Amino acid sequence: MKQLKRYVFALIMLAVTGLLILVNRELGLRAVNTTLFSLKEMILILPPIFVLLGLLDVWVPRETMIRFLGEGSGLKGVLIAITLGSAAAGPLYGAFPVAVILMKKGAKFANILLFIGAWSTTKIPMLLFEISSMGLRFAMTRLAVSLTGIFVIAFVVERVLGRQAIDALYTRSAELDS
Amino acid sequence: MENIVLYSVTALLVVLSWVKDRGKTKQALRKAWKSFENILPQFSGIILMVGILLAFLNADVIGRIIGSSSGWLGVLLASVVGAITLIPGFIAFPTAAMLLQTGAGYMQIGAFISSLMMVGVVTLPLEIKYFGKRAAIWRNALAYVFAFVAALVIGKVMGEL
Repeated sequence: MKQLKRYVFALIMLAVTGLLILVNRELGLRAVNTTLFSLKEMILILPPIFVLLGLLDVWVPRETMIRFLGEGSGLKGVLIAITLGSAAAGPLYGAFPVAVILMKKGAKFANILLFIGAWSTTKIPMLLFEISSMGLRFAMTRLAVSLTGIFVIAFVVERVLGRQAIDALYTRSAELDS
Repeated sequence: MENIVLYSVTALLVVLSWVKDRGKTKQALRKAWKSFENILPQFSGIILMVGILLAFLNADVIGRIIGSSSGWLGVLLASVVGAITLIPGFIAFPTAAMLLQTGAGYMQIGAFISSLMMVGVVTLPLEIKYFGKRAAIWRNALAYVFAFVAALVIGKVMGEL
């Protein structure tokens, strides 16, 4: 029963999709197609990400993570966070569980935000793709704006949240499974 | 290609870990499954919702929205569409290139791509689950504002402004 409750949202959406097929077959089937497509992407990308996360959680000691990404990691930490995010594969939602494990291991919050920012918009494979379809000028301009944006967003979000809220997030990430 | 690399690296590391310490490896895999199962309910709901959304908002409709209207209204609409949809990059870019040919401007496309990549309205519940309401909402709101900055700068650079 408790398991079923977790799936209420999914079941409602499933019902809406079913209804859509009944009302407008073409639209409904298009929805099904898109969902199957996302499902394929999810099945392809998420399992290895989670396995890598499990390994990271078990093998990388907290001290190592703090040295690379923690308080006092400075410019090196910033560069590592952005490189990690840019080298990633898959859509943004894949970044969230990774970020939480990084937090649990003691990465600095600003670096977490930079990591998510990089994952969302400066991913290298996507950049190459953007250059080929939109042209170098467009892609480079957007990259420059995005990079600026990532820093501004990280800075502002950290300020707005404040120490207390951030600490609460870290406590929560530490309680995550284990 | 990306996937092959991802899977090979993962497999290699699992084997390495297994050789070094079976117990730890089992623990890692258990953790992997647990965190996967943790987001599965919300996730299945989200991809169904995206399916429904995109059934209405296909390339044709998007093209009409940002192709016919130029200027900042087009930018605004493009950013809204980008924020609520969740389209993988390898579909989004060719679509964007196509939209460009059918009359959309660089500014609108810039706003669309930027908000598409950085803002996730449908994945917001998931983001909140991991980061809490405040962090998630602030990040998305700021990223949304940045879609307009992107449009402005791209408009200047590409000579539309």
